[in-house]
Amino acid sequence: MEKQVNSPGKPSKEGWLSSLNALIPWIDLSSIGSGAVFFVIGFIGSLIVGWVIFPMVLYSSQPQPMNFNHALHLDPEKVDGIEGDTETERCLSCHQFRDDGTFVGIPKLEKCMECHDDPESPLGDTPEEKEFMTQYVANEKEIPWLSYSRQPDCVYFSHIAHVQMGEQECRVCHGDHGKSEILPEYRANRITGYSINIWGENISGWKSNTWDSMKMDDCAECHTEKGHEENNACFVCHK
Amino acid sequence: MEKEHGRGKHYKYGMVIDLDKCTGCGTCMTACAAENNVSVRSDESDKERSITWMQLYKITNGKEFPETEVSYFPRPCMHCDEDGRGGHHPSCVSVCVATATKLDHYTGIVSQVYTRCIGCRYCQAACPYHARYFNWWDGYFPKGKGLDRYLTPEVSPRMRGVVEKCSFCHHRLMRAKNQAYAEGRREIEEDEYITACTEACPVQAITFGDLNNPEHKVSQLSKSRNAFRLLEHLNTKPKVFYLSTKDWVRKLADNYLPDQFKSINKTTG
Repeated sequence: MEKQVNSPGKPSKEGWLSSLNALIPWIDLSSIGSGAVFFVIGFIGSLIVGWVIFPMVLYSSQPQPMNFNHALHLDPEKVDGIEGDTETERCLSCHQFRDDGTFVGIPKLEKCMECHDDPESPLGDTPEEKEFMTQYVANEKEIPWLSYSRQPDCVYFSHIAHVQMGEQECRVCHGDHGKSEILPEYRANRITGYSINIWGENISGWKSNTWDSMKMDDCAECHTEKGHEENNACFVCHK
Repeated sequence: MEKEHGRGKHYKYGMVIDLDKCTGCGTCMTACAAENNVSVRSDESDKERSITWMQLYKITNGKEFPETEVSYFPRPCMHCDEDGRGGHHPSCVSVCVATATKLDHYTGIVSQVYTRCIGCRYCQAACPYHARYFNWWDGYFPKGKGLDRYLTPEVSPRMRGVVEKCSFCHHRLMRAKNQAYAEGRREIEEDEYITACTEACPVQAITFGDLNNPEHKVSQLSKSRNAFRLLEHLNTKPKVFYLSTKDWVRKLADNYLPDQFKSINKTTG
């Protein structure tokens, strides 16, 4: 407290200015002054906050109630009930359409129990199945899945129009979910409560896969590409 | 016109309301409100703030008894079309600053996107038919009291501060399309897509269908000599037609200069 501590390792003003200048060589910081330095630091800092930290804080992360192995269930050699030549046809074995053309989404327990009917005799030997048998099948309790793709209340989406009439594969929007062995964490926007998957993971809109960004413009882009401009009318998706 | 709006088949969904059949029972209003999740308020007697996508007007010929005659005018959104003089928008669409309402050239239906509406109410002022309503309060659908159970899942409830109007039950069109797709069809039949008011009308005064399709009953009725539209002089080209054989009813549907009105009946004038 009594002694003033000198920090011998502290570089002189010119020293750290020039080292910062090495990072951004296109601006000569010493000629502009220290105000510009603080501006640049603040600018880069706010970019990091806006593009990295805020998106991380914005989305919550919740585990699914239990794991589900899509890759295993989609393998016709391992699972009897799965039929179909294409991946989409195999997806439709469980994620079905009703007779009126509506889509069931995540199947109910009833669908699982078409195969996993006896709690005493599991079909495989995984611990997940044992948990599923004892906790859900034995008690006939629905699994409280967290839906990755549930649309907001004001959005209308018809699966049958895309899959059956438009001949789109499931993976165009859902990615390689069908090949996953472990369910990813469910991440919901803390403000809106919507899942991150409905808009796609990429907030900048840059996409290498169709499912990276799935905002309104991406829907319209695909409709136009396929020659269905009539489906870009507002009321087709907004309700 | 076809080229201008790209490929795809063009429909023109419209409605014909036979005023001679209408008894003014109000079933269309009730069916509409229930179908489209129109909320009720604690004081529904305040009609200036009430929301009625389908409104029923009562008109009389203004004569003393025993010549008094009464007629009822059910009024949905008219879903106005291009005016044919180069204007591409109905009056509400051309004033919308947020592109929250648009005329779909493929179906002829004027959409209203509630999440896009900023509540400036220009469209309300622009609509000559008073078909647009402003939400002064949030919709009231409390959970556990039963009100939430009759909600139509395909229609989103509105929040306060936005304008809403009749959508020609567009969700029923989507539902009919889904059904057709499930059966492997691309086209829907005439009776597969009708509005809630059309379905509910006990005297079948309302007919709904595609005005572009000469086989649909609605397009035949719209060409009847008894057919007319509201405020036709404004050139808004509504897709809702009315039928009436009574001259006084037809005369009240528009503003006529002296000697401008032409009777369809030879005997009366």
